[in-house]
Amino acid sequence: MIPGFTSLEMALAAGLVMLSAGLSLVLKLGIHLALSLAALRMVVQLLLVGLLLRAIFSSGSPWLTLGLLVIMIGAASYEVGARQRRRLRQGWTFLVSGAAVSSATLFVAAFALASLSGSQNWTAPAVVIPIAGIILGSAMNAASIGIGSLLDTISAEKAGIEARLALGHSMRQATEPLLRRAIHAGTIPLVNQMAGAGLITLPGIMSGQVLAGFDPLAAAQSQIFLMFLLSAASVGCVVIAVFLTLRRLSDERQRLRLDRLEPARL
Amino acid sequence: MVCHLSAHGLASDGAGPFTFSVQGGQCLAVVGASGAGKSLLLKMLADLIPHEGLCSLDGVSARDIPAPQWRMRIRYCAAEPGWWAPTIGAHFRDPAAIGQACAALGLDGALLDAAPERVSTGERQRFALLRGLEDRPAFLLLDEPSSALDETSTDLVEALLEDAMDKGMGLVLASHDKRQVARLADDILEISRS
Repeated sequence: MIPGFTSLEMALAAGLVMLSAGLSLVLKLGIHLALSLAALRMVVQLLLVGLLLRAIFSSGSPWLTLGLLVIMIGAASYEVGARQRRRLRQGWTFLVSGAAVSSATLFVAAFALASLSGSQNWTAPAVVIPIAGIILGSAMNAASIGIGSLLDTISAEKAGIEARLALGHSMRQATEPLLRRAIHAGTIPLVNQMAGAGLITLPGIMSGQVLAGFDPLAAAQSQIFLMFLLSAASVGCVVIAVFLTLRRLSDERQRLRLDRLEPARL
Repeated sequence: MVCHLSAHGLASDGAGPFTFSVQGGQCLAVVGASGAGKSLLLKMLADLIPHEGLCSLDGVSARDIPAPQWRMRIRYCAAEPGWWAPTIGAHFRDPAAIGQACAALGLDGALLDAAPERVSTGERQRFALLRGLEDRPAFLLLDEPSSALDETSTDLVEALLEDAMDKGMGLVLASHDKRQVARLADDILEISRS
């Protein structure tokens, strides 16, 4: 089966999901179907990705690596837009998330790979894809939460923003509290992750390396290196996403353009 | 020097086109049924919404003046004013200097330390008017300034507006109150949706 785990071990772990679904049935929680489908989807997705990565790693092709990165960034940008309760009209939420996620991910991934060039084969797909993937996930979450916070609050605070604009404040002054709140919200998952690392949870990379038999101190070093990258990607991505979103909700005469916002979805 | 505000062909969202002019020290009342576009007209004048047509102040087009500077001179006060800071006083450039103006509108100066949601609608409306007048705009665009006020407070508001107009400020007033229009207006613009 999968190196490191026997089929029996995998089946026992799957049994926990079935146990949770059974609990939902007994307590009539109504989550058993969603939970089972999500678990099944996750298994299929990860096994397919495993097979795909195995093929790309063995080919060593930079074009296949680039192609996969483009697909990953496209999917992450779509997810950021699709998760929003409110969106900018004409697909602008997807354009904004694409710009933010791709620029933050590519910049931080390039920085990381350049840093690793002395110790690793930094152009190998087995190095490029996992590093870009982890950074992408963090950037995607930050952008998603930041844009969501801004779009959810800007309509509620319309009267206050317009009052400030009417008094001669600039759009930047009038929306600064919202900007700060949105950027703060977008960085909360990362800050929590860093604050709890090692104390409350063992982060993913470190756990994986320890399970694979690496020295715990070396695993901790890998995790620290990665956390630094994720900080830069999250902050960079949420700042770009929130500023671009706000720019779309304003115009050259510094008006609040909520007509460029779709009605909220339930 | 008396300022001169003019609008030519202002139109937005089915309202207009409107063409008129008003002098500093004068009051132009905008009247019409609900939904006729009175608030839209005031927002177009303040350049707060996209619109067709041109506004100019003393012959200088709004497009040639940065938007924040234009709005400092052509000041819009909404019928339901917005608030953003924790206390009423934090919305003023110089809260210490408005004690006398508070008294002139029958407002207790201690309310400057109160949160906006803790004061009555009528008190908020009067504080919003003081906020709009604080740095002496050339024109004030007032949207239903006494919709939440009793007769006494309305008289105090009108006295303050007349005093500001005596000092040269122009007023564009959107109001449903015919008696208020009769008391304040030098000219009337009646509008309706076509």
